[in-house]
Amino acid sequence: MSVLVYTENWDGKFKKVSFELASYAAKLAAEMGVSVSAISLGPVEDSELAKLADYGVGRVLSASCKDYNSLDNQAIATAVAAAAKHVNASVVILAQSNLGKAIAPRLSVKLKAGLVSGVQGLPVSLSPFTVKKMVFTGKAFANTTIHTAIKVITLAPNSFGVIENKVQEAIEKFDAGLTEADFTTKIESTNKVTGKVLLNDADIVVSAGRGMKASENWGPIEELATLLGAGLACSRPVSDEGWRSHGEHVGQTGKIISPNLYFAFGISGAIQHLGGVSSSKCIVAINKDKDAPIFEAADYGIVGDVFKVLPQLIEAVKESKS
Amino acid sequence: MKILVLIGNVPDTTTKVKFNADKTAFDTNGVQWIINPWDELALTRALELKEAAGSTIESIFVANVGRSETEGTLRKALAVGADEAIRVDTDPKDAFYVASQLAQVAKGFDLIFAGIEASDYNGAAVGGMLAELLGIQSVSAVSGIQIESGNLKISREIDGGSQTLAMNLPLLAIVQKGIAKEPRIPAMRGIMMARSKKLTVVAPMEVETLTSIVTFESPAPKAACKMVAEDQARELIRLLHEEAKVL
Ligand SMILES: Cc1cc2nc3c(=O)[nH]c(=O)nc-3n(C[C@H](O)[C@H](O)[C@H](O)COP(=O)(O)OP(=O)(O)OC[C@H]3O[C@@H](n4cnc5c(N)ncnc54)[C@H](O)[C@@H]3O)c2cc1C
Repeated sequence: MSVLVYTENWDGKFKKVSFELASYAAKLAAEMGVSVSAISLGPVEDSELAKLADYGVGRVLSASCKDYNSLDNQAIATAVAAAAKHVNASVVILAQSNLGKAIAPRLSVKLKAGLVSGVQGLPVSLSPFTVKKMVFTGKAFANTTIHTAIKVITLAPNSFGVIENKVQEAIEKFDAGLTEADFTTKIESTNKVTGKVLLNDADIVVSAGRGMKASENWGPIEELATLLGAGLACSRPVSDEGWRSHGEHVGQTGKIISPNLYFAFGISGAIQHLGGVSSSKCIVAINKDKDAPIFEAADYGIVGDVFKVLPQLIEAVKESKS
Repeated sequence: MKILVLIGNVPDTTTKVKFNADKTAFDTNGVQWIINPWDELALTRALELKEAAGSTIESIFVANVGRSETEGTLRKALAVGADEAIRVDTDPKDAFYVASQLAQVAKGFDLIFAGIEASDYNGAAVGGMLAELLGIQSVSAVSGIQIESGNLKISREIDGGSQTLAMNLPLLAIVQKGIAKEPRIPAMRGIMMARSKKLTVVAPMEVETLTSIVTFESPAPKAACKMVAEDQARELIRLLHEEAKVL
């Protein structure tokens, strides 16, 4: 028996969520009294693979074939399932990311393993294996038991944290037995978001709504985000209007995020918006309407004009950094 | 070409979520039911593709796993423009159970649309499970779909960007925001026509569930928001740094 974690990489580098996953897997394996290993797919250098050992996962299976970079759902699920069998996994952990959400259900069927997605923190009980997950888009949680011998879970980002715990590394080459013909996803073009913090990975998120009035007013929002090393988000009408890209839309029908700090500028705080952000550890709202529902969800608030508050906040952050 | 769109029946997005006294079941009293928002967008896109010039799409089916109460939602999908509906007559017990029920009615379709998740249990699982059960390819986080002279072009969001893909049929597309601009609303004529469209009720198969919800919890009540004056940005930064310790 063991715990297996699928650590995603981006251009050969592990994402922050992969280190959170490794930290989580190491802790869970220790609680269960079993070993822990990771599976990495696609070209990743040994020095990068070795970083997982800093978070408690020494044994890393690495299938370095570049075809995995096509993120072919069928092929990746097959490879992770093969790794799960190889290490006799009883729990397989993935990230609640675009890729994790695509792979976990296929893996669940392949391994005849019950799946719970969007798990918050460690299991509430190991026997029966019961985990807590968000339901009704943040309006409630459900403690869910998995009945099968093998369990598949996806971990909600930021629900556990990254914990250093150095162990000895042991990197193994792994061949899942796939051939080129198994990869049928053909990529024609990729549009990479470069030099920006990935929204799901971000500790701090700066988000703005219709109160910003027009796309050309986003300069200070972007400046603040850069200063804070924050990810950028927006409300639905903002992306519907095309002021910002769909990738930034958070809420019931957009991304669900749980950063440590969420800034909402000119966002009213509709229930569908809050669904995507209410599990943030700290919410700061800036809105000119003192009765805006966002203030019911917020921890700190300023009733004021975003165009007056933003420059001052930028100055204050600059001061606090110097 | 035949398209199937999976239709989830979920509480309206403004529903106040309540549970029974021992917190083991969702209280459906007074709940308004809607088509899962992503499924509604998927259906809208499927209809646009069918109506496009040179389209080879013969029919669009919709399918749902649920008791007779969910027929209103399926009828709405027919009113919006789907050609036929299928309902597997059982309670949707867990994702694997639902996907297994759908697998028996989803064979023979070239393109299947599923929503990226349902807004009630946020499982993000049925689409991928169904693809695996059918042994067909899937693409997730699909934000655009085009058919150009018989070739399928898919846009998907990845963690850190977006991509355009060329895919073969059969395919299961797990869709999100962006796939269609606005969901279609049924017109009077559509509502009239929906009454005479075929809705087939299928008996469920014996399938074991793999998971079960033991109890529900409501989020911890929030402390009141601490207000800072408009000209006190520095004070806000200090509080975030020293009090909340998030900066
Ligand atoms: C099925 C469904 C799903 C939905 N899903 C989502 C979702 O995923 N995400 C989402 O965000 N929404 C979603 N919505 C939409 C949601 O209901 C709201 O319409 C939306 O969140 C409002 O966006 P907003 O706060 O930017 O705009 P508004 O509601 O227009 O609010 C703008 C706010 O800015 C303030 N403001 C204006 N000018 C200034 C200024 N100069 N300084 C300070 N404050 C100012 C105003 O007081 C107001 O509170 C959904 C709706 C439905 C029906």
